[in-house]
Amino acid sequence: MPAKEISKPISEATGPTGESSPLKEISVSTVETTKRIDEPPRRSKVSIKGINAWFGSKQALKNISLEIEENAATAFMGPSGCGKTTLIRCLNRMHEMTPGAKAKGQVILDGIDIYDKSIDPVIIKRRIGMVFQKPNPFPTMSIFDNVAAGLKLNGVKDKKLIKEIVEESLEGAGLWEEVKNELDKPGMGLSGGQQQRLCIARALAMQPEVLLMDEPTSALDPIASSKIEELVHQLKKHLTIIIVTHNMQQAARVADHAAFMYLGEMIEFGKTLQIFQYPKQELTEKFVSGKFG
Amino acid sequence: MLILVAFAVGEGALPIFSHEGFQFITGTDWNAVYGRESFGALPYIIGTLLSSAIAMAIGVPISLGIAIFVTEMAPHRISTPLSFVVELLAAVPSIIYGLWALFVFRFWIRDLIERPLYEHLSWIPFFDKTPFGLDIFTAGIVLSIMIIPIISSITREILRVVPNSQREAAYSLGATRWGTLRTAVFPYAKSGILGASFLGLGRAIGETILVTMIIGNAIGPAAIPTTLFSQGQSLASLIANEFNEAASDLHLSALIGLGAILLLLSMVINIGARLMVSRMVKAVPGGRE
Repeated sequence: MPAKEISKPISEATGPTGESSPLKEISVSTVETTKRIDEPPRRSKVSIKGINAWFGSKQALKNISLEIEENAATAFMGPSGCGKTTLIRCLNRMHEMTPGAKAKGQVILDGIDIYDKSIDPVIIKRRIGMVFQKPNPFPTMSIFDNVAAGLKLNGVKDKKLIKEIVEESLEGAGLWEEVKNELDKPGMGLSGGQQQRLCIARALAMQPEVLLMDEPTSALDPIASSKIEELVHQLKKHLTIIIVTHNMQQAARVADHAAFMYLGEMIEFGKTLQIFQYPKQELTEKFVSGKFG
Repeated sequence: MLILVAFAVGEGALPIFSHEGFQFITGTDWNAVYGRESFGALPYIIGTLLSSAIAMAIGVPISLGIAIFVTEMAPHRISTPLSFVVELLAAVPSIIYGLWALFVFRFWIRDLIERPLYEHLSWIPFFDKTPFGLDIFTAGIVLSIMIIPIISSITREILRVVPNSQREAAYSLGATRWGTLRTAVFPYAKSGILGASFLGLGRAIGETILVTMIIGNAIGPAAIPTTLFSQGQSLASLIANEFNEAASDLHLSALIGLGAILLLLSMVINIGARLMVSRMVKAVPGGRE
């Protein structure tokens, strides 16, 4: 029997349940390899070109450039104060909302420089969603209204459409099953992890192309965190995700690409596997092996 | 303390209530001549409420505007001096406002606001009286100037404690500045802003000397305002006007009776405001708009 299985085409071999486990492993890895060879190189969704950022006179980012792949997860990691949060906040022009903060450089989203003078920062935020460190649902609003907030802010009036999008977004954030019977209840009544997924749903309702996640699990317990990580895997099928984390294991689990930053500079950027197993820079090696940070 | 005050006022007002009964509240006559004494407080209750209402209608939006400008819009180098200046206004004694209003400001109001309103809008009953400058409308405007510093400085502090994460949440959804105020800031600060407004209202209702100087000091049925430009009288201003020259014990008791009504009025408003705030705090989190 096993011999027959092996001779079958790969696509069939993954199916049956009666497989022995080593065989399963082999076939899965073969599938992945073939997939990688077949697929054309992925497109770059966001290219960051020479971004510099300041808080007052203090420079927080020094000439950072990198390419973010479409429909994949990219992690920014590094020790506290390395500028990873500043960098992600530069990608939807949130950084400059802080008094005294400014940013210079280019961030090109599908060929458009979002720092171009003709671009309205408000429009940019509609295309690039954001989830924050601490869950921040609107406390006076129900679960439903929280998710619908962005739509209402942008003038969507069609109630049926709003309802559909709210349901879709909650499903997308893996929260629908838990809250479908209590949409009228306040968003603040949910647990921390649920609140964070509510915030993700709120961002998804805007149907963004890119989702920025700024340490989305730092305020959550391990179980809630793992749900968010799982969600990242789901979401990146249709969405470009950029996630900031100071948790290396998390970066290794969720990200396809990882950037290591230190003191406002980009030290190394590459495939996550490469960064963790064959870091090119000594500093990166020290960080991923836990010697500092 | 409050009980002591309430007790003293109540005791002092007892003779007038036994003399006039309920008429004291609903009556409009005010006659202190011996033998023909008749006292009714209705015109002054209306005068108090109307002048305070005008003060609120003008003062609250302006205060909100100042607070929003200072916390949400202005750069630091403008907002700090601006809020300092606004707060300085709160330190001006009300008699100074009164003097200024009496000698300067009332002519501005008469010539720049009341007259145009009268000339163009006199078909609206509110404005159908030749303006004089010393009237309920002027009193309301000057009161609003007096309560703006209080309301705006409290509102500013309330807006300051709205967490930035709330504003960023709205901004990240593509909200404009106004959208952020509407979605994230106001709902969070709503009950506090309401409380600040009622604090201002309490101040306006009880304000005495300023109102006495500019409200026109009408007496009796004539003090029932038929237009906004009528001369009126508030509870507090009538007490201040007549207390020194109370003709009889009954007259004195009538004035204390006005005080009792004033005390009751401000208590009711205060308690009402508290109930409203607490109900809002409880009701809002669950409710859809």
